[in-house]
Amino acid sequence: MIEALLQAATPTGAGWAAFVEAGVRLGIPLVLAALGEMVSERAGVLNIGLEGSIIAGALGGALGALATGSAGVGVVAGGAAGVLVGLAFAIPVVWLNTDQIITGTAVTLLGLGGTAAIYSSRFGATGTQLTLPTLEPIAIPLLSGIPVLGPAFFDLAPTAYLTFALAPLLAWFLFRTEWGLEVRAVGEDPDAAAAAGLPVRRLRLAAALFGTLLAGLAGAHLALAYAGTFAENMSAGRGFIAIAVVVLGRWRPWAVLFAGLFFGAASALQFLLQTLGWDVGYQLFLALPYILTLAALGGWIGRSRAPAALGLPWPRRH
Amino acid sequence: MIRARWWGPFFGIGLALVVTSVALALGGYDVGEAFAALWRGAFGSEQAIASFTLKRSVPLLLTGLAVALAFRAGIWNIGAEGQLYAGAVAGFTVGLIGGGLPSFVLIPLVLLASLLAGAAWAALPTIMKLKGGTNEVITTLLLNFVAINLTAWLVQGALQEPRGVYNESAPLPESAHLPILWGETDLHVGFALAVVLAVGLWVVFRFTRAGFLVRAIGEGPAAARITGQVRSNRVTAGVFLASGALAGLAGAVQVAGVDLKLYESLSPGWGYTAIAVALLARLNPLGVVLTAVFFGALQAGAAGMQRAAGVPFAWVNVIEAIAVLGVLIAAREKAAA
Repeated sequence: MIEALLQAATPTGAGWAAFVEAGVRLGIPLVLAALGEMVSERAGVLNIGLEGSIIAGALGGALGALATGSAGVGVVAGGAAGVLVGLAFAIPVVWLNTDQIITGTAVTLLGLGGTAAIYSSRFGATGTQLTLPTLEPIAIPLLSGIPVLGPAFFDLAPTAYLTFALAPLLAWFLFRTEWGLEVRAVGEDPDAAAAAGLPVRRLRLAAALFGTLLAGLAGAHLALAYAGTFAENMSAGRGFIAIAVVVLGRWRPWAVLFAGLFFGAASALQFLLQTLGWDVGYQLFLALPYILTLAALGGWIGRSRAPAALGLPWPRRH
Repeated sequence: MIRARWWGPFFGIGLALVVTSVALALGGYDVGEAFAALWRGAFGSEQAIASFTLKRSVPLLLTGLAVALAFRAGIWNIGAEGQLYAGAVAGFTVGLIGGGLPSFVLIPLVLLASLLAGAAWAALPTIMKLKGGTNEVITTLLLNFVAINLTAWLVQGALQEPRGVYNESAPLPESAHLPILWGETDLHVGFALAVVLAVGLWVVFRFTRAGFLVRAIGEGPAAARITGQVRSNRVTAGVFLASGALAGLAGAVQVAGVDLKLYESLSPGWGYTAIAVALLARLNPLGVVLTAVFFGALQAGAAGMQRAAGVPFAWVNVIEAIAVLGVLIAAREKAAA
């Protein structure tokens, strides 16, 4: 075992390279969806229906790419499908003040059920595997040649680069622009925001729909870059995991990026452990990021505070 | 105000049937034949009713009660899924260790273990809510993933079947199996137990002081001022743990009544569907019996619908989702009035 450890511990070891690459690959869709959820939550809207938007994005992406033969069109269609499902969540929640948790649960059911129904109605209940036009990775010259990190970070699909670009963009948007301030204001104190003349509902709607747009793109990335096919339930709980990522990332764009990659790395540990020949159940490590997130919430590692009006309807009935 | 008007569930289900009928017709299916096949699959024979519809309703009934109880008190426990896994693992382990005991001793022990494990899985969110004011939506959700991954770890490790080939446990000893309730069918006594619990919970809500306190706390902070903060915290803790216990029971009942083994992914998301079940029942325990059976019937009938009318199974999930959205819209009507 020690030999195996030494062998894998060398920086160029194939085990490490595979681990980092798998961690980033698994982390990207989580980061993309989590960044969207972060904006939504910053405006006070907790979208448990994110899973529905992700799976809709995957099917939308697949159908769009299949119809046009272009993966790029597929990505656009995936984003649109995410927003479409997002409307089924955001309109009741923002305009009718329905409960966010229950509406989100229903929308998750709707997304998973609806996509499975459309997919099997269209392609038969047995489901022969679709082969889709895929988003080809773009290698960045020089950088992609760096050992271990190069293939993991600089030889990716365009949607992955978009994900990395969104972290600084959203940091700038949320903390350096007027709109960002307004979004945060309606998430912290919607009454005060309304008194200051902000359109609380419109801002919440916009933030929630932006979140589902990114969730749809994450789904399209899953279908067109990650898997190259569509399968029922292929979102596999990522919408819920993304909510955990936002919490671990403390509602901050850069931290959400790293938290998402951390969740990805934890899922990828199984590959590393296999190479190391360690006989430790990898599921134990799959549970680890959630335990850490709990610890962060409990204030045992640093301080973490949710937007004050998160999950609350507005206007409140007094 | 998530409790819809009395007609809310009818509106929701009606809306769902209309929307799905239109969608199916547009998709070129024979709508009449689809619903007829759905009905036959769910209620067409003694086997269909007992071995499919009612059997499938049991985990939804128990987790639905867990959710209804918590939501009544304004506790957003969305961790029924994780609590169910905790109860399944604990119940199975006790059943495995106590295999030599007679059934009338072992089965109560198995069920007790699952109640305790479910409550234990709800304990941390309860403490974090009361001590630190941490939102239970996120903590219970996180613990679902912890429970599911730990179960997978156990099923592929300490509890794996002796040959170590499949991702499942050794069979549960026979003395821990729940007895069959209804003649030659697969319906086990877990269904009767769940119905008794539903009636009991209804009586508590309706006629007892404890039930009044639970409802009062669910109404919000104003009621807490009347009952006093200490007492209000105690009721919150009791309800949260009891909700976890009920969900835990669902896990053991499924393992000892249906699966008879511990599987890695033993629940297809019952803990989440339970939220829909509870809402459609307007958080009324007796209503939960009806909605759980309704959902069980949809799941049972879907297979028949797919065979006879070629309508894919997943359409029933669409019916469920639209029904819930319809109830939510009806709940909004009440708020506006």
